[in-house]
Amino acid sequence: MPTFKRVLSTIAIILALYLVNAFMSKEGLFGFGFGAYPTDVLMTLTINIILAVSLNLITGFTGQFSIGHAGFMAIGAYASAYLVVYHAQFWERDLAAVVGFTTAHALIFMIAIAFGSLVAAFAGLLVGIPSLRLRGDYLAIVTLGFAEIIRIVILNIDKVGGATGFSVPSYSNFIWVGGFAIISIVIVYNIVHSDIGRALVSIREDELAAEAMGINTTRYKVLAFVISSALAGLAGVLFGHYRSFLSTNDFQFIRSFEIIIMIVLGGMGSLTGAVLGAVVITIMPELLRQLPGDFSRYRLVVYSAMLIVIILTRPQGILGTREFSLSWLKRARKRPEGDQVVGGTGGVSIAEQGPPSAIDRKKEEENR
Amino acid sequence: MDTFVQQLINGLTVGAIYALIALGYTMVYGILRLINFAHGDIYMVGAFVGYFLAFQLGFATGPSLLGLSVVLVASMIAAALVGMAIERFAYRPLRKYARMTTLIAAIGVSLLIENLFVARLGAAPRAFPQLLSEKSYTLFGNAAISKSQILIFAVSVALMLLLQWVIFKTKVGTAMRAVSFNLNSAKLMGINTDFIISFTFALGSALAAAGGVLTAQYNPQIDPLMGILTGLKAFVAAVLGGIGNIPGAVLGGLLIGIAETFVVGYGQNVGIPSTFRDAVAFAILILVLLVRPSGLLGSTVQEKV
Repeated sequence: MPTFKRVLSTIAIILALYLVNAFMSKEGLFGFGFGAYPTDVLMTLTINIILAVSLNLITGFTGQFSIGHAGFMAIGAYASAYLVVYHAQFWERDLAAVVGFTTAHALIFMIAIAFGSLVAAFAGLLVGIPSLRLRGDYLAIVTLGFAEIIRIVILNIDKVGGATGFSVPSYSNFIWVGGFAIISIVIVYNIVHSDIGRALVSIREDELAAEAMGINTTRYKVLAFVISSALAGLAGVLFGHYRSFLSTNDFQFIRSFEIIIMIVLGGMGSLTGAVLGAVVITIMPELLRQLPGDFSRYRLVVYSAMLIVIILTRPQGILGTREFSLSWLKRARKRPEGDQVVGGTGGVSIAEQGPPSAIDRKKEEENR
Repeated sequence: MDTFVQQLINGLTVGAIYALIALGYTMVYGILRLINFAHGDIYMVGAFVGYFLAFQLGFATGPSLLGLSVVLVASMIAAALVGMAIERFAYRPLRKYARMTTLIAAIGVSLLIENLFVARLGAAPRAFPQLLSEKSYTLFGNAAISKSQILIFAVSVALMLLLQWVIFKTKVGTAMRAVSFNLNSAKLMGINTDFIISFTFALGSALAAAGGVLTAQYNPQIDPLMGILTGLKAFVAAVLGGIGNIPGAVLGGLLIGIAETFVVGYGQNVGIPSTFRDAVAFAILILVLLVRPSGLLGSTVQEKV
């Protein structure tokens, strides 16, 4: 993309974020506002998008099955909350005297975000180096175990509230959350479309072959895991400073499951699929609140039944490994008969177009 | 010493329940390479079927061994049917797809069962009727073993022996082993693999339901979400012992049960708060897997190129 176009689109995105944020504020814009409930859903959705996109890097593109994402989210959230509550709030007062309140506020939140993501990345490194030697389900259960241990350790730290929860100043608004969601997507997109991304996909397709081709598989796996953890930590920071209250109950393994469901439902190894999955999983239970009368009691029953139905009807995920792009629409207009070539921004589908986007079909056969 | 023996007995009681549930995880994994996340909820379903049966059949009024046996067997049969239905409708259509897909279906089924029970019965715990008189026997010193603990040991050992017999001495057991060795070859040898998989689910679910009813005798509080954490820890037990390995599941279950009880009993002395009870299973698992990546009794699979 030419630089001019890039600058233009950046400005457009920032403007859009400001606009949405203005609509979401209590006063609204030009007399219109979203109201508290849609605002809440939209914020949750955007944070979920960051989580899904980040998990997709390690699970969808690298093929390393991790169900411990909630743990890294918790680390990011609690690390930044600790920094803000015990240190940064006081810096903010001093800083506000020099550069004004708004700038000081933004600066402090930037520091908190950087700190939370870095701590989560470091935790990812500590967890990743030993556990990424394990394969498949063993890796899955170890990451799940680490996440639970992280949660229980946090639960026992009295300085961050322990079981009673931890009140955190509210910093996040849609400009931050939406902006970082876009930044996360761009980061993951750029990684996936770089030589690193090729290495990651090759590890997913066949780890032994990748190693034989001279790829340092451990290094790349750990790298992907660390980046993924950092982004999960980022989501945690945004989540904590949006909710302004942290409880370890928000980071139980059911949340890790939820993120996994998002990427499998959207299509593993598809960025747009992860976004779509996050949208479906966040919006679906909210829409089911509309169920009439007595049925609203069965909201979550219907939700889980729909989950099963979706996975039974689209086992490869809604998008499979393909990417949704506007060129689909263009191509559909030009060549109605369709075409197998994946367009400009197309997906990273190396080998498979068919349904079984098998992460471990091959290994499974070997294991038998 | 007395407290040690007492802790050991309590640990083995909890461990026996974990072992019963872990057997179902490990058998299903051995055959389908699927982590059946709904298995913990089958354990809960078993306990609830027992609860309702005890009231329906009029056994809830007082302790009776007959009532207990009827409730136990009936809830095992009911859970076996539920397990088979789940396999038939949620997992079988996905068998040719990536395992991740089936895993999501399993999580979906698990959520469905939990939410259905919460919606129908409410999330509040219910008191399971005592079908066994409350009595303790002093072993030696001050260590005591209660009647319900004896029941748990007796029933779980009997069920494990029965399972061992089914798997190693019967035709269907031989077929199960063949299917877990290689599903496609087993099919070529004329084994009705669909039936065998169904049978495995039935067997595992029945064991989990037995675990549910037995737990309810030992600790008579049942609620629709009781299967989540217990199921997860039982799965950890299966992985710890070497997933797919039946003695491994029993060993892992007992180990985790003992470790948990000891953390609660002795943790304070060394500065570990009792809230770490739920973390200790995972900690042991991580340590063991880092040294032995295929679990305690699991066999290492040579990777073919």
